[in-house]
Amino acid sequence: MHKNKTNIELDTKLDAVSIALKKSIKNLDSYTHVRGESLYVDDVNIRQGTFHAVVFDAPKAHGKIKSIDYTKAEALQGVERIFTYKDVPGKNEIGGIIADEPLFAEDEVHFWGMPIALIVAESEFIARKARDLIEINIEDLPVITTAKEAKAKGSFINAPRSFSLGDTEKAFKNCDYIFEGETFSNGQEHLYIEAQGAYAEPLENGNIKITSSTQGPTAVQKTVAQVLGVAMHKIEVDVTRLGGGFGGKEDQATPWAVMAALATYHLNQSVKLILNRHDDLRMTGKRHPYESTYKIGLSKDLKILAYQTEFLQNSGAAADLSPAIAERTLFHATNSYYVPNVTTKVLSCKTNLPPNTAFRGFGGPQGMFVIESAIAKAANEIGVQPREIQEANLLNENDTFSYGQIAKKVEAKNTWHTAKNIFNIDVLEQEVADFNKNNMAFKKGISFMPITFGISFTNTPMNHARALVHIYLDGSIGISTAAVEMGQGVNTKMMQIAAAIFSIPIDKIKIETTNTTRVANTSPSAASSTADLNGKATLMACNSLLERLKTVASEALHTSEKSITLKEETVYVDGEKSNLTWTQLISKAMLQRVALTENAHYATPEIHFDKTKEKGHPFAYHVYGTAITTTTIDCTRGTYEFDSVKIVHDYGKSMSEGIDLGQVEGALIQGIGWMTLEEIAYNKDGRLLSNALSTYKVPDIFSVPKTVEVIPVETEGNDMAILKSKAVGEPPLMYGIGAYFALQNAIKAFNPNYDVKFHAPMTPEKVLTGLYQK
Amino acid sequence: MITFILNNKTISTSEHSGMTLLDFVRYEKRLTGTKIGCREGDCGACTLLVGTRTNNTIEYQSITSCISPLGNAHGKHIVTVEGTNLQDKLTTAQEAMKANYATQCGFCTPGFVVSLTGFALSNSEKNYKNAIDAVSGNICRCTGYKSIEKATQQIVDKLKTQENNSFDWLIKNDFIPAYFETIPKRLKDMEAKDLNQPKGKYISGGTDLYVQQADHLADNEVHLIAEKDYLKGITIVNGVCTIGTNATVSDLWNHPEINSFFPNLKKHLKLVSSEQIRNMASLGGNLVNASPIGDMTIFFLALNSDITILNSEEKERTIALKNFYQGYKTFDLKEGELLKNIRFKLPSKHSFFNFEKVCKRTHLDIASVNTAIHLSIENKTISEAHISIGGVAAIPKYLHETSAFLIGKPLTTEAIIEANNILQKEISPISDVRGTNDYKRLLARQLFFAHFTTLFPKQFTLKDFLQHA
Repeated sequence: MHKNKTNIELDTKLDAVSIALKKSIKNLDSYTHVRGESLYVDDVNIRQGTFHAVVFDAPKAHGKIKSIDYTKAEALQGVERIFTYKDVPGKNEIGGIIADEPLFAEDEVHFWGMPIALIVAESEFIARKARDLIEINIEDLPVITTAKEAKAKGSFINAPRSFSLGDTEKAFKNCDYIFEGETFSNGQEHLYIEAQGAYAEPLENGNIKITSSTQGPTAVQKTVAQVLGVAMHKIEVDVTRLGGGFGGKEDQATPWAVMAALATYHLNQSVKLILNRHDDLRMTGKRHPYESTYKIGLSKDLKILAYQTEFLQNSGAAADLSPAIAERTLFHATNSYYVPNVTTKVLSCKTNLPPNTAFRGFGGPQGMFVIESAIAKAANEIGVQPREIQEANLLNENDTFSYGQIAKKVEAKNTWHTAKNIFNIDVLEQEVADFNKNNMAFKKGISFMPITFGISFTNTPMNHARALVHIYLDGSIGISTAAVEMGQGVNTKMMQIAAAIFSIPIDKIKIETTNTTRVANTSPSAASSTADLNGKATLMACNSLLERLKTVASEALHTSEKSITLKEETVYVDGEKSNLTWTQLISKAMLQRVALTENAHYATPEIHFDKTKEKGHPFAYHVYGTAITTTTIDCTRGTYEFDSVKIVHDYGKSMSEGIDLGQVEGALIQGIGWMTLEEIAYNKDGRLLSNALSTYKVPDIFSVPKTVEVIPVETEGNDMAILKSKAVGEPPLMYGIGAYFALQNAIKAFNPNYDVKFHAPMTPEKVLTGLYQK
Repeated sequence: MITFILNNKTISTSEHSGMTLLDFVRYEKRLTGTKIGCREGDCGACTLLVGTRTNNTIEYQSITSCISPLGNAHGKHIVTVEGTNLQDKLTTAQEAMKANYATQCGFCTPGFVVSLTGFALSNSEKNYKNAIDAVSGNICRCTGYKSIEKATQQIVDKLKTQENNSFDWLIKNDFIPAYFETIPKRLKDMEAKDLNQPKGKYISGGTDLYVQQADHLADNEVHLIAEKDYLKGITIVNGVCTIGTNATVSDLWNHPEINSFFPNLKKHLKLVSSEQIRNMASLGGNLVNASPIGDMTIFFLALNSDITILNSEEKERTIALKNFYQGYKTFDLKEGELLKNIRFKLPSKHSFFNFEKVCKRTHLDIASVNTAIHLSIENKTISEAHISIGGVAAIPKYLHETSAFLIGKPLTTEAIIEANNILQKEISPISDVRGTNDYKRLLARQLFFAHFTTLFPKQFTLKDFLQHA
C-alpha cells in the first residue's frame, strides 16, 4: 500500500493548481469504465450483415509455400470468401519504416504466425472452422531464432548504427579495472487485455471507415490506402479507445485493420476482425530480445572511464519499428551516467520470429540493462557495492551524452540523494544485512536503479500534433486531437487544459474520438509524448479562442481586453465579477460572427538530430528518477517476493498526480514482470511455446511488491512539457530493472559461489539454480 | 429451453447448452461490459456472478464466463456488470475503483467490479485478505494493482460496518441495485426443469474442457452434470471423507470440518487457482484431466484416496487413485463410465499433511513441480507415509518406493536424505516450458525437504539438509 503521506502531499499540492484542475483530477473515463459502458472496438454496434474474419497463418517459421488448398474451407456453409495476396489491388508490402513486410505471404513464409489468408464468413466461429480445413504444404528452409545466429549468418534488417564519444580505445589503456561480459534480456509480450482488432464499414463512393484499436490512426489510414491503391482521403480511421496498447498497437494494429478494409473493399459489406488471444500471441511481435556484449573500464576511484558495447537486437522477420528501437537503445546505453568515452553499436538482426516491435521503453530498457549489468559485474569483481559505482558516475549539469546533447536541468543526483535520505538507506541496508545474518532459509537483496529517459520521438519530424476545438452555441466544447486514449489518462489531461483556460466545468467538455478526418497526418500516440504534443496544441487552440472571446467581452463590457478574465463560467473585469456569463459570452460571439472553432498545430521546438553524424539534440528534455528495490527470496524453493520499491520520481510539476502516479506504478510492475516472471519461449523451429495465458504469466495482484512508495521530487519542470508536467508513460518501466539486481544480491547472500549472470528474466528456476550452483 | 434470470430479466433461450456463457451474454444479449481477454479463465475480464438458490437465500459466486457452458446457467441468477449498475450513480465498489485511480484503460475493470461485488454478496468474512482473494483471478496490465489494493481496502472498510450480511444492507449502501431483493422469490417460482440431455461429452464445471475445446463443445452435444445431486456433496462418516465428483474446489475451501483436519487447506488451495476457477472447477474434473501436474490429483494421491467409478448401467467399482493413471493422459475409465466420488481416510492426530507447489508465478499458474505428503508418526517412528509428486513423470506420480522406504524409519535428517535419493530414482522429468530436467530434479529435492521443514520446523532446518545432502 502507498503510504498516506504521498496522498496527503498530493492533495495539498493540488490545492495550488486551479480549481478546474483539482475538480477534474480523477480519470474522467473511469465512470463508464467501472460501469462496463466504455466502448472498445469489439463493443461498437455493428451493421446488419457484417461479416467476421479470421486470419490463416503460417504453421512454419521459414519455408517455401508449395501448395495451399482452400477448397474445403471455401465450401463450408457460411464462408463468404477467402482473400490472399492475389486480392491486393495496391501494394502487398507494409511496414512503417522499411516496406519489407508482406501483408499476406506470397511464395515464402518468414515466421510462424505470418498471415497467409483472410477467411471471411458469417461468423467468427465458422471462419475458425474453415481455417482448420485449409491444407498447406511448406518446404522447410533453415530457421534462425536468435540474434547471434543471425549475426553469424549475416542476416540483418539494415546497416548497423554506432554512437561514440571521446576515444574509447585510448581510454581503456588508462583504466585500472576492465571487465567484459555478455548479457541477455528476453522479449516481453504486451498482453494488452484487449486483443488486436478492427471493424471496417463501406461508405459511399468506395470510401471506407475503419474503427481500429490502434495507437497510430494515420499509419492505418496510410497503409490501407497503399494496400488498396486508393487515395488517403477515401479512408477514415476512428479510434474510440484502446484496452491497453503499450506499444503493441503502434505499428502492429495496422495489418488487421488493413485486412478488414480489404475484405470490405471487395465485398462492399462491413467486416470485423478481432484476433483471439492465441492468434494475437502467435502472430504479433513483442519486446525485442537482446544479446549484448560489453566492456567497461574504471579508475581506482570507481569512475567509468570507458564503455563499449555491441547490442544484437533480435528484430524478427521484418523491420517493423526495429531500426528506431535500436536507435533508442544507443541513446540510453549509458542510462544516468556520464561516461566520457563511449562506443556503442547496435545490429538489427533478422530472424524468423514475428517482427518484434515497440514496447514501453522502446529499446531503452534493453540498453540500460546492459550498463547496469556491467556495473554489477565490476562491483562484484572489485568487491564494492554496485551503488558505489552508480553513485560515482551520475550525470551532472552540462555533461555531454554520447549523442552530443548537453544535459540540462539534470535531476539524476537530486533524485538519487533524495531517495537515499527520504528512505533512510543506511537503516534499510542494515536491516537487510541483519536479516541475512540471522536467516539461512530466506535472504534479502537490495538494489538501486537510477533512470534517465529522453522525451521526444527520436525521429525529429514526428514531433508534432494538432488540436481542433469547437465551442458550441450553448457553451459546451468538443475537442479533437491526435491523442489516443489507452489508459494513460490523456483525455483527462486534454480536458483539464481546456477547463483551466476557459474556467468552465469539465462536464461542458467532451474529448472526441481520435479520427483522421478531424485531425489528419498524425504521429502515433507513443514515445510518452502524447500529452505533451497534443496538450500543447490544445493549449494553443484554446488560447486563441480565449483571446477572441476576450475581445467580445471587452466590447460588451466597455473595457480593455487586458482587464478581462474568465472565472467559474463568468466574465470578470479587473477581478470584479460582471453580469456576463460564459453562455451569454458565447451567444454574443455567435451574433458577432466570431469563429468559435480553432485548429492549432504544435511542433516541438529546438530538437534536431543528424543521423549522418549521429549527433544532435534529439530530446525536448529528460525524465529522471531513482528506485530502491528490496526483495526476499525463499532459499528452499527459489521463489521470491518484493518487499518494497521506493521511488523518487521527477514528474516536473505534475498536472494530474493521481494519473501520473498510476503510470509510475503500472510501468514499474510491467518492468518487474519483464525482469522476473514473464518468459517468452520459442523452440528451435521458431514455434512460440509461451502461446497462451496458461504458459505466459504477467504479474497478478499477489506478485507485486508489498509496498510501492513514490515520492515526487520538487523540480522546476520543463517548459517543453505540457504545463511543466513531464512525460511519464515510459520512464518508470526501467525502475523494474532494479528487481533483477536485488534478486541477484539476495542469491549472493546465500551462495558465495554464485557466478553473477546477466540473463533476464530472473525466474524462480534461475534463482534456485543460482542458489545451489557449486 | 435454458431458463435463467439475467440481471433483472428472466429469459429463456433455445441456444446450444454448450456455447459459452460469455458468448451468450456478449453477442446474443449485447451486454458488452463483459470483456474477452483470453478465453481460458486466466484473466478474469469476463467475470460474472452466478446466484444459486439454497433454501430461501441466494448464494453468489464469481466465475469466468469464457469457460462456462451456457447450460450451467439454467435455473440461476446470472449477473453481469450491467446488472450491478445503479441508476445515475456508481455502486460502492465502482466508486472505490474510480476514487483510487484503479482503472486505466478500463478493459479489465468490469471484471474487477463484478468480483468485488461478488465479494460483498458472499458469505466470506469481510476482511482485506479475503477481498484480495476475490480479485486474485483478475489480471490488470495497466495499474500495477496498487490502486486496486487501495480501492479494495475502501470497500472492505465499508463492508466491515455492516451488522449482518443482508441484501437489504447492501442495497441501502449502494453495493447492489434494489432488484436483487426480488431474486430469491423469482428463482423459487421459476420453472427450470431438468435439461435432461444424457448425450455427448460429460461436462461439470468446464474449466479444463473449455480451455481445450470450446469450439467443439459449442458445436456438439454436451452432457451437463454439474447439477446432478448424486455427484455432489462432501460427507464424513467414521473418519472417512467422501467427496462427490461435482464438488468444487470452493466446496472444499468452505467446508468447516475439512478445514479443521487440514489447517493449511486454504493456503494450499490458494496455490491451486483463482477464486473464479475454484468456484467452477470440479474435483472429479481435475482427476480425469489426468494432467501429470494436476494440483488436486497430487493432493488426493498423498491421501491414498480411492475413487468410485459408475458405469452406464449404474454399476459401481472402486479402485485406488494411484492405480488409476496408466500413461500420459490415459487412465482407467472405460466408455460410458463416470467418476462418482473420491474417498479417503481423514488424517488422525498422529498424522501430518503438507502440499508444496512452485511455478513461475506463485498463484494461478501451472506448477513446475508440485508435491504432497501424508505421514503418520507414532513413537517418533514413521508408521505410514504417502508421497505424491507432479511434473516429473508422464502421470501424476505416487512415490511407491520412497513412501515404502520411509515406513518404519525414525524421523531423522539421514532418513529423509536417503529417501530423497530414492525419490530421485523414481522420477523422470523432462525439459519443457516449465523448466529444465535438472531444475525439476533440484526442485523436487527442495520441495521434499520443504515438507519436513514445514511440518517439523523445530526439528529440521534447511541447513540440516544441505549440510548432509
